[in-house]
Amino acid sequence: MTFEEIISKLKVEFGEEIILSTDENASPSCIELHADHLVETMQYLHQTEGLYFDALSCITGLDNGPETDTMEVIYNLYSIPCDHHLMVKVTLSRKEPLIDSLNSIWKTADWQEREVFDLFGIQFNNHPDLRRILLPADWEGFPLRKDYEHQTYYRGVKVAE
Amino acid sequence: MANEVQYIFDNQNLQKSEPQKFKPEDLKSEEMIVNIGPQHPSTHGVLRLEVITSGEEIVDVVPHLGYLHRCFEKHAESLPYNQTLPFVDRMDYLAAMNSEHAFVMGVERMLGIEGSIDKRVEYIRVLVAELNRLASHFIALGTYAMDIGAITPFPWMLRDREHILRLLEWASGARMLYNYIWVGGLFYDLPVGFEERCLEFCQYIKPKLKEFDEVVLQNKIFVDRTANVGVLPLDLAINYGITGPMLRGSGLKFDLRKVDAYSAYPEIDFDVPIGKGEMGSLGDCWDRTSVRMLECYESVRIIEQCLTQLTGDHKRTRDFDPRATVPKKIRPKAQDFYIRAENPKGETGFFFKADGRSDIPFRCKARGASFVNLSILGELSKGGLIADMVAILGSIDIVLGEVDR
Repeated sequence: MTFEEIISKLKVEFGEEIILSTDENASPSCIELHADHLVETMQYLHQTEGLYFDALSCITGLDNGPETDTMEVIYNLYSIPCDHHLMVKVTLSRKEPLIDSLNSIWKTADWQEREVFDLFGIQFNNHPDLRRILLPADWEGFPLRKDYEHQTYYRGVKVAE
Repeated sequence: MANEVQYIFDNQNLQKSEPQKFKPEDLKSEEMIVNIGPQHPSTHGVLRLEVITSGEEIVDVVPHLGYLHRCFEKHAESLPYNQTLPFVDRMDYLAAMNSEHAFVMGVERMLGIEGSIDKRVEYIRVLVAELNRLASHFIALGTYAMDIGAITPFPWMLRDREHILRLLEWASGARMLYNYIWVGGLFYDLPVGFEERCLEFCQYIKPKLKEFDEVVLQNKIFVDRTANVGVLPLDLAINYGITGPMLRGSGLKFDLRKVDAYSAYPEIDFDVPIGKGEMGSLGDCWDRTSVRMLECYESVRIIEQCLTQLTGDHKRTRDFDPRATVPKKIRPKAQDFYIRAENPKGETGFFFKADGRSDIPFRCKARGASFVNLSILGELSKGGLIADMVAILGSIDIVLGEVDR
């Protein structure tokens, strides 16, 4: 199924406003969704015949920096039986980054969302086990944010100059 | 500086970092917490497992990661693409060539120069990547046999892997972390005589693979320990994002080398082995191991075909320069890009966001196959025995460098 067909299918199901923008320059082609509609749209993408995006390959967090004041979560979907790709992007406010978890659809979202939470501080609603995964629980700050500053001491050990 | 105290002791230190997910007071009376690792041979590196057991039976397994976290993504945000390559090596340090290949392909496609790469370069890339895949599978098979309790195969596999590492050292100058595949080309052409030595190695390794197959995989003790253990149904595997030999062990013929047909792979003839449930049920530990074993044969086939090409149609010429198409300045136009490739452990992916104004990616995310594959450990181990959990962990084939990045 081509990118245009996927878009038209989504628009028929959810209405014209569901897709905020498209980016065909991206590879694979990208659609932007509103955070409120994420779970229902993903559910549809996952279960509808012909779309059937059964693999969630990658979840990427992204911080656009304090100037733009936005954060993004990017999902790379792939359909093994139909062999088509889709990139889904959701933009969040930087002050209160909050998004619904996709753990109910893809189990792989569990750890990948934990990683995004760990490094960006993006909160995931309805996540079964939202703990830090790579850093220790008492680490301060979220390292991949653009305005992150190292803590000088961690438990009395000097970690930055 | 010299007199500064390195560590300030505080009783609260351990509690604050939440070393365990479960608390002893929340457990039932017959349950207990067993901590395995981070310094334990069966965890294949610095992985810590918090195991809740009821007698010998496992109630839950919580992996604790991050002991080898080296901030790859943070480093990548401050370095140009070509200088990130050595960091890519250090992610999956057992298969550095494969990760390099994936990363380089992504950058080349962003630049739009993937069509101008010389065919000889592509064949050399596939050749070294497959050699490295063999080396990685040797470690996986050897350590797995050791996890199960057979010590002998491990030094055998290390011995054979050493031959590969020497070949790659000859080509690139480094034993494990090569920085050999460059954006737009290669560090150097293959050294003179490499093709012949490589062919000799193929002749040498085939009987050794057969020997390993007969001594370990068909061994009754090995079969008893792995067949019907950790059975992974296909739908669950896909839902958990499992890729690579683990997914193929569950019976799906899915290999990105075939599906995406990148580099020189479409011109090469090879099969994709899958698990068939020969010794027990489909998708058990034995199937996963057997897929790795069969992939070794396929890798040897690919290497031989590459060598035929490299000594035939694309043979060494006096004016061949592997750096001819290496761009002086790597500045892709603004775009989001996701590239994936088949690594020995599964799908390795890189997500790039280029802003079009600098040589440095705005964001570079690495999707580690081991990281995603490891997430199923708890699900697979529940209800089994502790010894089974070790067998399952070994069959997942993780490398902690890629889990923690």
